[in-house]
Amino acid sequence: MSAPRTLYDKIWDDHVVHTSDDGTCLLYIDRHLVHEVTSPQAFEGLRMTGRKVRAPEKTIAVPDHNVPTTAGRDKKIDNEESRIQVEALDRNAKEFGINYYPVSDIRQGIVHIIGPEQGWTLPGMTIVCGDSHTATHGAFGALAHGIGTSEVEHVLATQTLIQKKSKNMKVEITGSLRPGVTAKDITLSVIGATGTAGGTGYVIEYCGQAIRELSMEGRMTVCNMAIEGGARAGLIAPDEKTFDYVKGRPHAPKGAKWEAALAYWKTLFTDEGAHFDKVVTIRGEDIAPVVTWGTSPEDVLPITAEVPDPASFTGGKVGAAQRSLDYMGLTPGMKLTDIKIDAVFIGSCTNGRIEDLRAAAAILKGKKLAPGVRGMVVPGSGLVRLQAEEEGLAQIFTDAGFEWRLAGCSMCLGMNPDQLAPGERCAATSNRNFEGRMGRGGRTHLMSPVMAAAAAITGHLTDVREIMDAAQHA
Amino acid sequence: MDKFTTLTGIAAPMPLVNIDTDMIIPKQFLKTIKRTGLGVNLFDEMRYTQDGQEIPDFVLNQPAYRKAQILVAGDNFGCGSSREHAPWALLDFGIRCVISTSFADIFFNNCFKNGILPVVLPEAAVQHLMDDARKGENARITVDLESQTVTASDGTTFSFEVDPFKKHCLLNGLDDIGLTLEKASAIDSFEAKNATLRPWA
Ligand code: SF4
Repeated sequence: MSAPRTLYDKIWDDHVVHTSDDGTCLLYIDRHLVHEVTSPQAFEGLRMTGRKVRAPEKTIAVPDHNVPTTAGRDKKIDNEESRIQVEALDRNAKEFGINYYPVSDIRQGIVHIIGPEQGWTLPGMTIVCGDSHTATHGAFGALAHGIGTSEVEHVLATQTLIQKKSKNMKVEITGSLRPGVTAKDITLSVIGATGTAGGTGYVIEYCGQAIRELSMEGRMTVCNMAIEGGARAGLIAPDEKTFDYVKGRPHAPKGAKWEAALAYWKTLFTDEGAHFDKVVTIRGEDIAPVVTWGTSPEDVLPITAEVPDPASFTGGKVGAAQRSLDYMGLTPGMKLTDIKIDAVFIGSCTNGRIEDLRAAAAILKGKKLAPGVRGMVVPGSGLVRLQAEEEGLAQIFTDAGFEWRLAGCSMCLGMNPDQLAPGERCAATSNRNFEGRMGRGGRTHLMSPVMAAAAAITGHLTDVREIMDAAQHA
Repeated sequence: MDKFTTLTGIAAPMPLVNIDTDMIIPKQFLKTIKRTGLGVNLFDEMRYTQDGQEIPDFVLNQPAYRKAQILVAGDNFGCGSSREHAPWALLDFGIRCVISTSFADIFFNNCFKNGILPVVLPEAAVQHLMDDARKGENARITVDLESQTVTASDGTTFSFEVDPFKKHCLLNGLDDIGLTLEKASAIDSFEAKNATLRPWA
């Protein structure tokens, strides 16, 4: 009998094309997702060397990062540089014959949302994209991670990637989550516990009852932010929920291939007794709704806490915390719930799926944005947008005073016109609170969709559980 | 890709932890379709005011460090996005080596693809080199990839680890794709095998 293996070990083993003496492997890539920002130089490289895309049928491209989210964008993109980048992708997709969802296509959206939506993402696959949030696809039990543009070119030309194996890390969330606590709170709390470098050099497998109890969309939210914890990829073993989600999607296998795939997918779990190099366990009951206070995703605290004193940290973090507080315009000791906001952003590959919009809409129903606060909802894909309109969610958002936009990355990184003004403070469902991320001088507090909705109503960071309680007693 | 063998140059101190890729090259400069020309926007939001004036305090604006070729930085350098624009901007500015206690994974890989050497050293060594770098252009640090050493201006030498394959490629300026294409027959046979084992993929 062979030694017990982790889920990561199994997927890895099934994709090794070649192993060198020093342990460097050539890994086969099943799906390559491509977007407009990190690909132009890679296609240019192919042209310069006269190389082709080796497996165009396994390559899927979509513009998402700098497309405007307002009407008319399929006719004309005003920002010239953005337009050039999108046009370059149009041209490259055509020239190299790869799968493509242009802005005019209803299926266009954030690359990590449309991969699963269209059934490109399947359990047991290796998936790469020139984008760090590729980890999202790990929710299906696929080994998925971000790569740089040189590697994009390498995958385009060879359908392989040169890799050294990472270490195995297990993150177990035991028990069940309490009301008002979501997948976003799990993933932020894990980063809070391990730090942004805690996962460096590891592939994380998330497991435990609380993870099993999450929907596929919740699992995607968890894996999405594995990279914020420094991990190359996050994984969750596939189960019936996974298979149900995948079944019937446009690019999922059908008939006999489906049966064969299912039999294989059911072998994708970590064997009893397999070795993990690092284990982190968190009790689901202990996780509270959280927000970030600083400019690193590890700056996480329960909403009931206070802004920390930089002196309470050690080493280089003392200076970093002070710099964060200066940038964020906060003083130690103030209650997090006293932090007033100017804007709310609901969207991104972390929380731009239909369940996220449903959850936020449930809090916002019949309510209004607090005076002076602007709100924007950006669905993760054209199909999510359509479904939200059919379910009446769009109406709830617009009635509350939110702008209802077309699909894209939008404010998450502010490459398109959707940005924060200097000093503007935003409750955001995205994944990075870096300085300038959402616009130069903009201040970001990361949180779940329900927490962002709660803040939208009150105009300050708010414990969503209070709003839920009030609704129950009304 | 340019080779990296040895480098003796001015090192700029950046004692900040978690320097992320958004700081290294803010997103407004990701709209380029070229690899070059990003050096002027390296660390843009720390380096210039909103109206484009240089911020004199920022290390790379100080006369001693305008020609720095080495960065000595705090923990977890390069965290955040996968944008290769970060190493492209460093390279375009003239930085060929970054020294820190730790690097984010994707950034670390991206460096090697662009002829930049990321060097991981223990905290005490980084501190020593940071203090050295603070002396400005009088302190020249030498990085030798072949012997895997960094030598401070006072002669103190630190050894570092580097992956043998990455070292080989960097020393010789080799193109990964060319190397992999030599293994095309292995890829062909993997694909043939895969077509029966996992036909849905
Ligand atoms: S939504 Fe944000 S994090 Fe996700 S792919 Fe787009 S820019 Fe990156």
